[in-house]
Amino acid sequence: MARMKFLCDAERCIECNGCVTACKNENEVPWGVNRRRVVTINDGVVGAEKSISVACMHCSDAPCMAVCPVDCFYKTDDGVVLHDKDLCIGCGYCFYACPFGAPQFPQSGAFGLRGKMDKCTFCAGGPEPDQSEVEFKKYGRNRLSEGKLPACAEMCSTKALLGGDGDVIADIYRDRVVRRGKGSEVWGWGTAYGPGNASGGSSQPQPAQRKATR
Amino acid sequence: MIRIVLLMALLSLSACGEREQIAEGKRSYQGKPDSQPWNNEPLGAEHRGGKWTKGDRASWEADIKARQLAQHEYKRIEQ
Repeated sequence: MARMKFLCDAERCIECNGCVTACKNENEVPWGVNRRRVVTINDGVVGAEKSISVACMHCSDAPCMAVCPVDCFYKTDDGVVLHDKDLCIGCGYCFYACPFGAPQFPQSGAFGLRGKMDKCTFCAGGPEPDQSEVEFKKYGRNRLSEGKLPACAEMCSTKALLGGDGDVIADIYRDRVVRRGKGSEVWGWGTAYGPGNASGGSSQPQPAQRKATR
Repeated sequence: MIRIVLLMALLSLSACGEREQIAEGKRSYQGKPDSQPWNNEPLGAEHRGGKWTKGDRASWEADIKARQLAQHEYKRIEQ
């Protein structure tokens, strides 16, 4: 059973913002809302500057789901965390609970009016008929139902951003780390998917394990 | 008389019981049901869609896995 996850390789991300643009274009996200963004740390410091692409990580034990007062969140069979916008009251609890700052709120009205929450859907749409106009308007494109992966990951020019089943993308990353011999830290995986255990397979593989797999 | 006093005492103290006040923490989704991605017809080849049998989860997963593996440029180059 696939458990959809994102993985961003900080050694490869070149801060091109292609993922952000791809997401905005594919889902026609309203002005002021960025489902995905690129964060850079140690900006300008030679050798220490790293960039990562951040959006909803579709956590294993999602804190947004736990705090929602109207229970508008659900998790699909593929592990994608989605929500029903017809139920959302825009309270913002999920924003405060999310460690990644993923929930976004359109503020198109007067006096700082906050709309219904919008976030990355892993390009899986929402609780409306698949590939329908109403689903697209509310949640964006449903690429999973078309047999495609999220636009951000598929558009990433350096393949820094990987999207898909956790086991598959972890294997790709593991192979990459072994070949280059550095950069084994996966940002956000521990926070989103937990420390992992023997059955969960959510933890990032350790260097010793990587060598053993070769 | 004693019975009435005892009954009143019992009733007046009934609100003083030590009940569990911790929420169970069980959340249940209250919104509309969603459909599954494998319950759709795959797009045509001109739209670069996948190839799976509608309603067959295993074939959809195999198809999407092939798409995920395409992100592995080392394997893609070596093919």
